[in-house]
Amino acid sequence: MIKSLKLKLSKDRFMFAELVKRDFKTKYKGSMLGMLWSVISPLITLLVMSVIFSRFFGNKIEHYTIYLFCGNILFSYFNDATNYGMTSLLWNAHIFTKINVPKYLFLFAKNVQAMINFGLTLCVFFIFCAIDGVPFTWKYVFLIYPICMMILLNLGIGLILSALHVFFRDVAHLWPIFSMLLMYASAIFYDVRQFEPAFQKLFLCNPVYQNIKYFRLIVLDGTIPSVWYHLMMLGTVLLFLAVGGIIYYRYNWRFLYYV
Amino acid sequence: MNTLELDNVSIVYRVGGFKDIGLKDYVIQKIKGTYDCRDFYADRNISFSLQLGDMLGIIGSNGAGKSTLLKAISGIMRPSEGKININGVVVALLELGTGFDDELTVKENTFLRGALLGYTRKFMNERYRDIIDFAELEDFENRPFKYLSSGMKSRLAFSIASFVQPDILILDEVMAVGDGGFRRKSEDKTREIIAGGATTILVSHDQNQIREMCTKILWLDKGHQVAFTDDVQGAVNDYEEFLESGNIEKYAEKYGGKTGGQY
Repeated sequence: MIKSLKLKLSKDRFMFAELVKRDFKTKYKGSMLGMLWSVISPLITLLVMSVIFSRFFGNKIEHYTIYLFCGNILFSYFNDATNYGMTSLLWNAHIFTKINVPKYLFLFAKNVQAMINFGLTLCVFFIFCAIDGVPFTWKYVFLIYPICMMILLNLGIGLILSALHVFFRDVAHLWPIFSMLLMYASAIFYDVRQFEPAFQKLFLCNPVYQNIKYFRLIVLDGTIPSVWYHLMMLGTVLLFLAVGGIIYYRYNWRFLYYV
Repeated sequence: MNTLELDNVSIVYRVGGFKDIGLKDYVIQKIKGTYDCRDFYADRNISFSLQLGDMLGIIGSNGAGKSTLLKAISGIMRPSEGKININGVVVALLELGTGFDDELTVKENTFLRGALLGYTRKFMNERYRDIIDFAELEDFENRPFKYLSSGMKSRLAFSIASFVQPDILILDEVMAVGDGGFRRKSEDKTREIIAGGATTILVSHDQNQIREMCTKILWLDKGHQVAFTDDVQGAVNDYEEFLESGNIEKYAEKYGGKTGGQY
């Protein structure tokens, strides 16, 4: 029993690794330049934003470029992971209608790709912090928490989106619009303290903002958020994972009717 | 011991205009009441069992529910009613080329396809050379798949699949591929896999193939089980007569089965 489970796991791991490789190779067509580009493109966005918005917010917010970068890096990760993840199930319909495979593997494989891009940009982020003279403290270790939360959040939302995309094809057009609205509500280039305190609380309904705020507290303020803040983030992520998981569980056998 | 047992299995398929629509269309159709999603029984009350070494041939005209039944046995679909008991590993070769990606090279595709078929990495590392040699693609290993001829692609597809070691093998019209020499080679290989002791299920439109290879017959008609018998020659004779005459009731009566109504 245990042996057969182990064999199944090792087979699934092999399948997963091959799917990751496939997604990677088809996206970048085997060129290193392609991968480099996914790191450079958020940096260009950062440059443009920094040049423009420094005029408006730069003198009120310390280390404004790093402030921007915190928002940018997390939001691009969210944007990449959810947009690629959304199509993962439908685009692999030709496989799961002919072979019995765990369907969530397609989404997870796509997420690995976004995760790698995020990791690379994160390295650039730390270099920028050093250049800008932001003090490195032991508290940086706590950044692991929002990083894990982002990974899980992206998986949860990816599960929901990829299922919805199978049922309703126009989700592919609606999500980028929603995602753009969410970006403006993520306080990437402005400071929420410009709003009234009651309104500031509303921002915390945005799960991406929760993580951005965490990043800024550690990197720029050198403070660790409260236990409650941690629990709030965990709760949000578990909610999305639960909804996504339930959809996949309930519709596992029905996806193929829709393709 | 039964390796495969189907007990009163019915499989529902959904049909209608609900596919390929957007959220907008869904809302509009729901309001107007034109949302079209019907349950359709692709298979009804199918019961049979197979033992080790059996070779089952499934016959029936288009829309008889053959492919859906195979999908349920291979675990891609789930029966809506009834139970399927399986002892062992099922490998379904419903379409040999499933999973191939045009952008990848021959080597990359071989590993991807192998992984999807349920091979382990160790097994693929050991057998990779044999697979390429059998497919006669030694000079093309690093060539992008899209530059291969369709004959080469199907050779590779067959070759990868030919290394399966299932307890229950499911074949949907994939007995032989390619031209001339390779066709013979692939036919021989298929026989070798079947002779390897597995329980095999075969769907084929080639009656001669079924006569020659199968030890049991399942005859389906519009989702109903007309017959399950080990009188292979008799059943295929009757099936061929039915194809001429269209009179299904007569045979259902003979075998004590059901039909989907007169033609």
